[in-house]
Amino acid sequence: MPAYNLLINGKQHTADVAADTPLLWVLRDHLGLLGTKYGCGVAQCGACTVHLNGAAVKSCVLPVSAIKTSAVTTIEGLSELGDHPVQAAWDEVDVPQCGYCQAGQIMTAAALLKKNAHPADKEIAAAMNGNICRCGAYHRIHEAIKLAGTKI
Amino acid sequence: MSTQHTTSRRDFLKLSSLAGGGLLLGFSWFSSEAEVPTLLKAPPAGTMGFNSYLSISTDGVITISSPNPELGQNIMTSFPMIVAEELDADWTKVKVIQAPLDTKGFDRQLTGGSGAVPHSWNKLRTAGATARFMLIQAAAKKWNVPAEECTAANSVVTHSSGKQLGYGELAEAAAALPVPKEVKFKNAKDFKLIGTAIKNVANKSIITGKPLFGMDFYRPGMLFAMIQRPEAFGTKIKSVDSAAAKAMPGIVDVVVFQNNVAIVGKSTWEVAKARKAVKIIYEPDGAVESTADHDALFKSLLDTGTATVRRKNGDVDAAFAGAAKTIKRDYQCPFIAHAPMEPMNFFAHVREDGVELIGPTQTPASAQTATAKLLNIPEDRITLEITRLGGGFGRRLKFDYVVEAAELSKLINAPVKVIWSREDDMSGGSYRPAVRYRFEAALDAAGNLVGYKCRGVGINAGNPTREDNFPSGAVPNLLIDCIEHKSAITTGPWRAPITNFLGFAEQAFLDEVAEAAKKDPVQFRLELLEKAKAAPVGEIKYDINRMITVIKTAAEKAGWGKLPGVSQGFSVYFSHRSYVAQVCNVLMQAGKPVVQKITAVSDCGQVINLSGAKQQVMGGIVDGLGHAMYSKLSFKNGAAEQKNFNTYRLIRMQEIPEVETHFIDNGIDPTGLGEPALPPTGGAVANAIFKATGKRIYTQPFIEDANFKTI
Repeated sequence: MPAYNLLINGKQHTADVAADTPLLWVLRDHLGLLGTKYGCGVAQCGACTVHLNGAAVKSCVLPVSAIKTSAVTTIEGLSELGDHPVQAAWDEVDVPQCGYCQAGQIMTAAALLKKNAHPADKEIAAAMNGNICRCGAYHRIHEAIKLAGTKI
Repeated sequence: MSTQHTTSRRDFLKLSSLAGGGLLLGFSWFSSEAEVPTLLKAPPAGTMGFNSYLSISTDGVITISSPNPELGQNIMTSFPMIVAEELDADWTKVKVIQAPLDTKGFDRQLTGGSGAVPHSWNKLRTAGATARFMLIQAAAKKWNVPAEECTAANSVVTHSSGKQLGYGELAEAAAALPVPKEVKFKNAKDFKLIGTAIKNVANKSIITGKPLFGMDFYRPGMLFAMIQRPEAFGTKIKSVDSAAAKAMPGIVDVVVFQNNVAIVGKSTWEVAKARKAVKIIYEPDGAVESTADHDALFKSLLDTGTATVRRKNGDVDAAFAGAAKTIKRDYQCPFIAHAPMEPMNFFAHVREDGVELIGPTQTPASAQTATAKLLNIPEDRITLEITRLGGGFGRRLKFDYVVEAAELSKLINAPVKVIWSREDDMSGGSYRPAVRYRFEAALDAAGNLVGYKCRGVGINAGNPTREDNFPSGAVPNLLIDCIEHKSAITTGPWRAPITNFLGFAEQAFLDEVAEAAKKDPVQFRLELLEKAKAAPVGEIKYDINRMITVIKTAAEKAGWGKLPGVSQGFSVYFSHRSYVAQVCNVLMQAGKPVVQKITAVSDCGQVINLSGAKQQVMGGIVDGLGHAMYSKLSFKNGAAEQKNFNTYRLIRMQEIPEVETHFIDNGIDPTGLGEPALPPTGGAVANAIFKATGKRIYTQPFIEDANFKTI
């Protein structure tokens, strides 16, 4: 199997995996980065969202061979101390219920705010529409993004 | 370990000093008599005579173990809040840990039925109040003053002279004191934590991506497995050709057991790929059913089936024969999947000397029992560690996926984590059953409801009625009955079982009856409740006054009937011991009804955690709206037609309305909130849509209704 050199959270990692292995499973099964979640495997729920060169992507359908030199950021690397404005807002607004989807929600929100620090309500809803929260915590997710926008 | 005896009859309390110093109280939150006192030298490992403990270390850290599985209902925050309140603890020094399964000391270590808080309220308070009492006694003794001159607050005991000692400093001395037989609870007006908004204790771990869930459990050397189960209910394996799969990289074995083909390997992706190379031929094994069959079956059962009577009052035949007006309507709901974000999974390691089970389950004790039975070993040879659950919604009350993992581990003689794909999760069963109801109402010339009938027919739904729910008790002639059809399609409890759909059907029907009686829907319900109060018909199992209060409060908060240009729908439901009334506002946009706002008034007695309570109500409403509007699982030749979120629709952020929550402050002992806010939502929404369009909705999902076709 080929060995892939990956730049994840600012560090070089190597993974000996098949070329079609989705980044999600490389992170989880091979590199022990477990914050990125499996929810659907078909890019429909967003639980697996990570950043590729700063943009939100669904890692469950991204083959490891396509990453090449792109920089990957996972929830573990979003901030050193867990205090990225989006993470802080998530705590402040008390967003999580079961919590399983939240890493993906946070990564999508962080990518949105990087492009647009003060999104309108409709822009937030459109950007977040690819992330399902089965507990229905959408109101607080929305509120936390607004709050984080004031602190970026 | 030494043993002491106490004469206490209470279900609670042993104490000792912690290893390394401190106070350790072991107590049972659940059993009524678990009183073999044991001196605890260390936190219980899960096999002590009690299932929980509260410890205070000499540095003042208070650790509380939380026994119930956490799936987003926020129990790991609300339970310790109750203990900490009576303990007068400094909340910032409270640490919460998940207790492992302990079948010896508890009777309800499960998550379901919105039952944990009402079940444990007094026991949690007793635990906190007892520790507080002992800490005050310890301080009084040290200062040589009467205990009555000492008070406790924020983890500090203060004497009237101004002297202070922290709980950490007192913990050792407190551990040497006897356990009081009686303790006094606080007055609700003195609550400092209960009723306030306290953040989820797991927030930090969740937002930084810590491995909390069953899916996140990894152990060096463990194998990964996916299982191909029959795609169609009512079929069984005829033949399996796994040669190609076995030859693929990373694959350790392909094992056939029960009606399953397990692909076992060294990584998830390798297993998922090899799975596609397994060729399985199935053959029928009983009836192979489709949704079209069920539709026809429902009709014939409603028309001609033999029903089981659930409740009967008065003489319905006479009431309907003498009625000025009768109404008959059918309501139908489809199967839906639980679809928790974390698919089913479990780790199992069956060894000669015992079995280790680790993963997300709502019902750890049942999983342990079933595994013991399957492997034919004593239950005490099985340990079960409860991880955080990435949602449950009732799916994880079934333990099929636990037992299956144990069986596979035994067959391959290795530690293994079985992972369900989303497709497995959606096609593998245990759904909210498909149900059809027929409601009939008889009105007299004055518009009084004099006769009421409800017949429910369901697919593996058991009793799909809730015969004692409102309006039972308020109608002189009433008949509630049901018919069950047995099917190979598996079903199970789904958040607010039965009422998740019955709530809509009943409240939508009552709205139509009110219209026929020419009465305002709110007024109509209030009149019925007043009648039930004045002349109850048979047994009444809901509190009429509490229901009246939530109705009136919801109408007031939502400005019922006072918003020009807004179409409002009303609904009220009592389920799982709590009362929730909702008003839905609908606006027409581009010729279609759009749900703009839902106002909810909940009476769950004393609110424990205001933040968590709001979450449960808002989430329950989003869940209720989403499934009423969009979700449907249909079957063709025994197989689910929707297998992932590209075809099975869940509500998303762009589809949520504004939600406003209110709680009734009545000081009544708390009841649960995980479910009660969901059942009323569909009815409020359907009734508001009717106001806006003039067209009633009788079938879920609403999105398939004519109201949502472009006009």
